[in-house]
Amino acid sequence: MKAAIALAAALCGTPAFAGWEPTKPVEIVVAAGAGGASDQMARMMQAAIQKNNLMKQPMVVSLKGGASGAEALMYMKSSEGDPNKVLIAYSLIYMLPLSAKIPFNWRELTPVSVIALDQFVLWDNSAGPKTVKEFIEAAKAASSPFKMGGTGSKREDHVLTVFLEQKTGAKFSYLPYKSGGEAATQLVGNHTEANVNNPSENLEVWRAGQVRPLCVFDKERISYTSKVTDTQSWADIPTCKEQGVDVQYLMLRAMFLPGKVTAEQQAFFVELFHKVTQTAEYKDYMEKQALKPIFLTGKDMVQFLEEDDAINKALMTEAGFVAK
Amino acid sequence: MEALGLLLHGFAVLLTWKTLVLMMVGLVLGIFVGVLPGLGGPNGVAILLPLTFTMDPTSAIVMLSCIYWGALFGGAITSILFNIPGEAWSVATTFDGYPMAQQGRAAEALTAAFTSSFVGSLVAVLLITFLAPMISSFALKFGPPEFFAVYLLTFCSFVGLGREAKHKTVISMSLGLLLAGVGMDTVSGNLRMTFGSAELLRGINFLVAVIGLFGISEILLTMEERLALRGHAASISLRVVLGVWKDLPKYWVTLLRSSFIGCWLGITPGGAIAASFMGYNLAKRFAKDPESFGKGRIEGVFAPETAAHASGTSALLPMLALGIPGSGTAAILLGGLMVWGLNPGPLLFVEHKDFVWGLIASMYLGNVVGLVLVLTTVPIFASILRVPFAAVAPMIVVSCAIGAYAIQNAMFDIWLMLGFGIVGYVFKKIGIPLAPFTLALVLGNRAEDAFRLSMIGSGGNLKVFWSNGLVGSITTLAIVLLFWPVIDGLLGRVGLTQRTNATSR
Repeated sequence: MKAAIALAAALCGTPAFAGWEPTKPVEIVVAAGAGGASDQMARMMQAAIQKNNLMKQPMVVSLKGGASGAEALMYMKSSEGDPNKVLIAYSLIYMLPLSAKIPFNWRELTPVSVIALDQFVLWDNSAGPKTVKEFIEAAKAASSPFKMGGTGSKREDHVLTVFLEQKTGAKFSYLPYKSGGEAATQLVGNHTEANVNNPSENLEVWRAGQVRPLCVFDKERISYTSKVTDTQSWADIPTCKEQGVDVQYLMLRAMFLPGKVTAEQQAFFVELFHKVTQTAEYKDYMEKQALKPIFLTGKDMVQFLEEDDAINKALMTEAGFVAK
Repeated sequence: MEALGLLLHGFAVLLTWKTLVLMMVGLVLGIFVGVLPGLGGPNGVAILLPLTFTMDPTSAIVMLSCIYWGALFGGAITSILFNIPGEAWSVATTFDGYPMAQQGRAAEALTAAFTSSFVGSLVAVLLITFLAPMISSFALKFGPPEFFAVYLLTFCSFVGLGREAKHKTVISMSLGLLLAGVGMDTVSGNLRMTFGSAELLRGINFLVAVIGLFGISEILLTMEERLALRGHAASISLRVVLGVWKDLPKYWVTLLRSSFIGCWLGITPGGAIAASFMGYNLAKRFAKDPESFGKGRIEGVFAPETAAHASGTSALLPMLALGIPGSGTAAILLGGLMVWGLNPGPLLFVEHKDFVWGLIASMYLGNVVGLVLVLTTVPIFASILRVPFAAVAPMIVVSCAIGAYAIQNAMFDIWLMLGFGIVGYVFKKIGIPLAPFTLALVLGNRAEDAFRLSMIGSGGNLKVFWSNGLVGSITTLAIVLLFWPVIDGLLGRVGLTQRTNATSR
């Protein structure tokens, strides 16, 4: 095993950082299961760092998706002062402490950078209704409520479903699956009528013509115009607002170190992930998975997190998902 | 035939010296990680994954999948020699494999395990080769009710077909279900039975429990019997191997039945575990003398190993075609695919033919080469039993502890493992079977989620379990199996079957 790690280390060249550097393999902690959007992103960064020799030490992905991701949060919390662990976080850092009363606060971790914003899209089976309007009408007319697949309970997918109900008056039965991938295949197999997956989670089944994107939950359309399927690009998907359903939600993808690390250690990772965002691997990935590029660090990041936290808290309260 | 042409093309991609060398390296590494208790396939593949980033995708997947085959072969070794199943689906192998080792028939048991692994994988690969398109659409038919029906079938077949006292099986299973509920409940998003402890958030890891229940409790039992060396010196020769092979045709029904169960369950995620137990139970059920199972009967090794490997291999199909990993190791391979820019999904078979058929061809070659490799090294592994127990025991305890720790890097898990060791010891003393407990622990959560999702979807109507032919027949079969002893008895009374003697005890 040691030989394997040494060999992996030898394969990475010499990086050009001054100051502090990791002395052990660095762990990217993923708060979700294998194959989910976080996992894919972590693997992309692992490959980008290794292929471009951005760090001497190898990077390993560690999946801590237990307890709907709470495992990863508690793991980071208990790793205070350890600069060899970075969390790839998403909106669960705000939601999980509210819905399940997990003793966790993101302010206890060290923020590194926000690296992307993820979209949500309303999808239905390609044999189903063709527009949002038809879809909502069909949902209202159905004898038993339409089944909406999603990841986890009282989380972003569930929140979106509640707001979709509020804005349209249609009723859905929300089915919490364990991962976005599972929600995707269940939609393809016609076990659910719709889902609100991230673009990356439904990309392959969309390309295979098995699902149809109805609208994207953002103020503006996705900017990528190259064709994804034979006829459509990400930019061709209308916004939900255009279609008369004013529901918006963007999800952060951000990197955190455990609490109580030194400023030097924090600076190393800020620089590292800045370099990652410059690589071809990152840019390809952003376009392929239809993510919004963004790079925030320091004060800007904290301000962003505070505002985002407030938005999420308001949504969760309104949806009635905050545990008493 | 189109599949045949594509397969030949796959072999052409593979047959270079470079890939063959990578294959051997992968297999040796795989057997090595498979043999270390607790380290197992998923961890081994995860550690070695970054090594392959600089390779082209086909070489990389060949090497990784060979690590996978190697780990599958290697997992049987610890189950048989030390009663410590490395992977969840090796649990059933310990039932007869370990007694065989104790009787000095370790070499025979190992040969049987490797051979049946090979047979199971081969059947599954043949299935993948010729039925790939059909199978992936079959897997899509599985929604929550279908998944629940399959889990129900597994549980019911355990109660109905098991030979242990029914009430003890049910007690054991219920305790397992109870512990499976610890941690986050995905359906409601709430925490259950964590009592405010951050350590219990994760729930109780199945492997930690298994290492304790089987490994540690066995050490405790052996110590009680005054450090006696239980395994006798195993003499191994080509004769043993050929002897097992010569008898192989006698067990063709078992092998075929287990392969069938394995392939069928492998296509549904998590199926390998259910498959190995079911394979074992059915072999026992249909045997003329079921009492001899659990006491070192070679069929008790053939049945679960064939089923587990048929299932483990066919589980790669939903991973490739749908992106649903059927096992922990398959999940890491899935991560690997994405790093190489290959997105698993229905289009993978169309857009990356070289890769897919190269992988399928490597399943054939890897299994053949792997079988030869493990068989030639059987003497080395079996010779571990000749080392005095007093020297081996501490090493086993240490590697159990390392294994339990490594799963989640948590010290708490070591205490949990020791706790389960004591539970296992007590269970063995009072004759409560461990298998239903472990089965419930690993499938309990999934069964519960599937049941509740079915209920949400149907508005609480139980009729959903008979809503179409597929789910209806599985559910009905499950209920028939649950009450099998009663049904069998009734049939016997009206003279419809000769098997009254099997249920009269």
